[in-house]
Amino acid sequence: MTSANAAHSVVAPRPLTQRLAGAAVILYALVTMIPLVWIGLTSFKSPEDSISYPPKLLFQPTLEGYCNLFTTRTRQTPEFIAKLPPATSTCEVISRSRNMVIAGPSNYVPRFVNSLIIGFGSTVFAVALGTFAAYGFSRFKVPLADDLLFFILSTRMMPPIAVAIPIYLMYRELGLSDTRLGMVLLYTAVNVSLAVWLLKGFIDEIPREYEEAAMIDGYSRLRAFWKVVLPQATTGIAATAIFCLIFAWNEYAFAVLLTSGNAQTEPPFIPIIIGEGGQDWPAVAAGTTIFLVPILVFTILLRKHLLRGITFGAVRR
Amino acid sequence: MRTMRACLAAALTAAGFFGAGISGAAAQDKQITLCWAAWDPANALVELSKDFTAKTGIQMKFEFVPWTNFADRFLNELNSHGKLCDLMIGDSQWIGGAAENGNYVKLNDFFEKEGISMDNFMPATVLGYSEWPKNTPNYWALPAMGDAEGWTYRKDWFSRPELKAEFKKQYGRELAVPKTLDELTDIAKFFQGREIDGKKVYGAAIFTERGSEGITMGVSNFLYPYGFKYEDPKKPYHMDGFVNSADSVKGLEAYKKLYDCCTPPGHSNAYMQEDLDAFKSGQVALQMNWFAFFPGLYKDPNVGGDKIGFFVNPGEKTVGSQLGGQGISVVAYSDHKEEALQYIKWFASDAVQKKWWQLGGYSCAKSVLNDPNFPSTAPFAADFLKAMGQVIDFWAEPSYAQLLQAEQKRVHDYVVAGQGTAQEALDGLVKDWTEVFQEDGKL
Amino acid sequence: MMDELSNSPTIALKAAAATPDRVARRLQGLSDRTLAWLFISPTVLLLLAINIFPLFWTVYLSFTNYRANRPNAPLRWFGAEWYHRILSDPDIWAAMQVTARFVVATIVIETVLGFALAWLIDKKFRGHGFWTTMILLPMMLSPAVVGNFWKFLYQPQIGLFNYAISFLTGVDPSSFQMLGDVSLSPWAIVIVDVWMWTPYVMLICLAGLRSIPDYLYEAAEVDRASSWRQFCSITLPMALPFIMLAVLFRGIENFKMFDMVNLLTGGGPGSTTEVASITLKRQAFEAWRTGYSSAFAVILFVAVFGLANIYVKALNRVKSR
Repeated sequence: MTSANAAHSVVAPRPLTQRLAGAAVILYALVTMIPLVWIGLTSFKSPEDSISYPPKLLFQPTLEGYCNLFTTRTRQTPEFIAKLPPATSTCEVISRSRNMVIAGPSNYVPRFVNSLIIGFGSTVFAVALGTFAAYGFSRFKVPLADDLLFFILSTRMMPPIAVAIPIYLMYRELGLSDTRLGMVLLYTAVNVSLAVWLLKGFIDEIPREYEEAAMIDGYSRLRAFWKVVLPQATTGIAATAIFCLIFAWNEYAFAVLLTSGNAQTEPPFIPIIIGEGGQDWPAVAAGTTIFLVPILVFTILLRKHLLRGITFGAVRR
Repeated sequence: MRTMRACLAAALTAAGFFGAGISGAAAQDKQITLCWAAWDPANALVELSKDFTAKTGIQMKFEFVPWTNFADRFLNELNSHGKLCDLMIGDSQWIGGAAENGNYVKLNDFFEKEGISMDNFMPATVLGYSEWPKNTPNYWALPAMGDAEGWTYRKDWFSRPELKAEFKKQYGRELAVPKTLDELTDIAKFFQGREIDGKKVYGAAIFTERGSEGITMGVSNFLYPYGFKYEDPKKPYHMDGFVNSADSVKGLEAYKKLYDCCTPPGHSNAYMQEDLDAFKSGQVALQMNWFAFFPGLYKDPNVGGDKIGFFVNPGEKTVGSQLGGQGISVVAYSDHKEEALQYIKWFASDAVQKKWWQLGGYSCAKSVLNDPNFPSTAPFAADFLKAMGQVIDFWAEPSYAQLLQAEQKRVHDYVVAGQGTAQEALDGLVKDWTEVFQEDGKL
Repeated sequence: MMDELSNSPTIALKAAAATPDRVARRLQGLSDRTLAWLFISPTVLLLLAINIFPLFWTVYLSFTNYRANRPNAPLRWFGAEWYHRILSDPDIWAAMQVTARFVVATIVIETVLGFALAWLIDKKFRGHGFWTTMILLPMMLSPAVVGNFWKFLYQPQIGLFNYAISFLTGVDPSSFQMLGDVSLSPWAIVIVDVWMWTPYVMLICLAGLRSIPDYLYEAAEVDRASSWRQFCSITLPMALPFIMLAVLFRGIENFKMFDMVNLLTGGGPGSTTEVASITLKRQAFEAWRTGYSSAFAVILFVAVFGLANIYVKALNRVKSR
């Protein structure tokens, strides 16, 4: 990767080529961003605008989608609504204008909390276990190390539905069905294989001499690992953590099969947000936007580490 | 070693955190969760249940899932022995499996103790929603929501003089509620592609959904009147010559004809919600849908009131409507069975049943339905009674999901994807179903 | 990385000063074998519990008539019956064909497009870092959540996709349905997959292009080789192992494809987009034929594992050339 920064002295592309290449790439980037922009726009549309023909680019923005996302509503007669005390929030005003009253909060927030707990919980575990294992593989002669490493990676090749069948039965016996703990364990297991591979690469790059010197200083092996290796590996651990988090955040197949409510995360929940008659697209778009924004921000802020992580796993093998 | 201890401590803290989440939920004893589909009647039930909370102090929580995910999600929940739902308003076809696999609490003793008699409920609903095995007094649910498949139409369009005249010229009869499915197709064809008030409209919104049960429910409404039978009345589970009889083939062909000629664009994967959308947005003249939605449609600001009419599934060779509807059951894995039973007891009372109907739910209680004033309480009430008198249900066998999957595939492949002939589709269906019953040891 | 290292000069100095025999003694004092297992075993145990034990259970169940929704039914030994039935079931083969077509179509398009993009980005125009990040965004998002939204974009009339096509070509937007038409729906899922995952192929190709040492091009320039010749004799062969890797990863992922297709088409219309994972899900979690679906799962796993291994062998041959 470092060679990328070296100038192609003789073979540097001509300015015209560069400009054409730039134009083509930018065009592609803009086209691929249209669906994302459209999600954001739709979240601020009224239901009528969202399904208008032809699709509307300019419209009167409204918070209705967000209101509908966070509340459940029931239809009432205009006479009933007229008798109610004045509305106290924007959402109430909007829902009353549609002859609806807010009946209570929706399940979006609890599902979001589940996503956070399961995402961060499994990331912490996967990275912790992965760091230990990666260090073990990197520094010690482990019998059958290559086989073990390949075994660890191959667990990722199995179709999630195939894995879910026995997990479903196992969790039923253990009482882990639809629990956060069960989902954390499962996502940890799925992520740890990636974490071991990524982290082994990072730790391999840290010269052994540092720990050895520390151990000469009287550090135990564990203390050397804690005080010397871990600080050096922070960048790698952070990059790995982001990967694990994104996986757990986005995962759908296990979540839809193994959770039904208590531990359900957002990906299986967002597609089933419906309004009165048909999918409430502004609400779905609002839910999608809130769900995607953290990942978009992460990606843009941490792009250097991410790039390294993605290509890393590939290039090493 | 300190590191290890730190890690262990971290792990335990985390475990405690998750544990706390679980026990926190369990601490609220006075709360039960009711699971049902996300649709109009569910909102009415939320409204109705406020009385229960006021009376008993038991809080109600609700988990509503759209119909296309309903069976998928909640059968998964039942089979995983999960504790999410204390009360389940499960679909009529689940009853066999739920009873045989012990997912529901058997209610006979409870009914006896509380003096709840099944004689107080309409026989078709008791048979459809509560009994397993069928026609035996073993009750696994209380009939909660009566339902059948019916039709809505644009009364305002049907009464336009220019359209009436043109229809009469083309078909030689009045533009009116169809008496047969054939007539229905004519009307759909008449409206297909027509311009009304400057907007292009289409014939009929029907069920074509692939993923769950949609197209099977739609096709059934055509198969039954054409003379389809699930099995030989004399020889249970023998289907050859009944499922794939010449009459059944005609029925399936008629459905495809309606799909091909007279549905709105993009109607290849439509179920209740898509049909509602099509009708409410003024796109279609006719809509196939469940009676459950009719109260909501009647209240609709755009197409409700005077603009909408309702009718029972027309006959052809005979009559028949697809049964919908659900009973309410107590989940066997619940930690709050007492409170859940309390809810059922409350729900069964005449006063609550009456309010249930007023709020937009379809009561199955005779005290409501046999009231001489009932037919006049809503424009679709009389039709509802008529439909419930001619309902037929899909298999309610423990293997119902497998039987349903087979029909979904066979008829969707034929009707929507246009592969093969109707005869081939139904022959294939007999083959699939026979295999399922063989696997079950019933053949 | 180097900055951080220079922050601990004392350790580095001591490392330099250390004599080999002292190090050896210190290391011998700690039982490395114990430590190694201490470090590795939690991961291995977790994987054994959540991945390997279930895998063996799946294999066992695949020889029985077990159904997860009937735990009390008597269990019968079925032998290889399920395997026999699955491998002779035309529906299963249809699903495998759908999967294969999906995998091939996405890989071809993503590779061509991804490589082209990488090649263009490697020209290092101004701001290429920023635009690379922008291109990456789709692959970071949840395929389920975004796939669900594509359903909206694909709606005839109200959907943006049909409108854009009609804007560009003049075809009536309601005259075609991406998700409802037997001939178009396979392309509908391919388009979304290409949209999401071309960036991934692009990144790996980019790493490949950047690993090509400059002196090769300089030598070619001295020989006055045309840029087309340079491309064919240097760029492509040198980047080939990377391209093949990208193909491997996308192949495995798309062979397992479930979330996006499930939300977009659910396998329809008819069974035209019913990929293997959707068939498996229907059998396992809707029909609850656990034994049958376990056998199917084993077959799928053996297939993906076998194909991947053969492919890796080929890859190694290319690499070592």
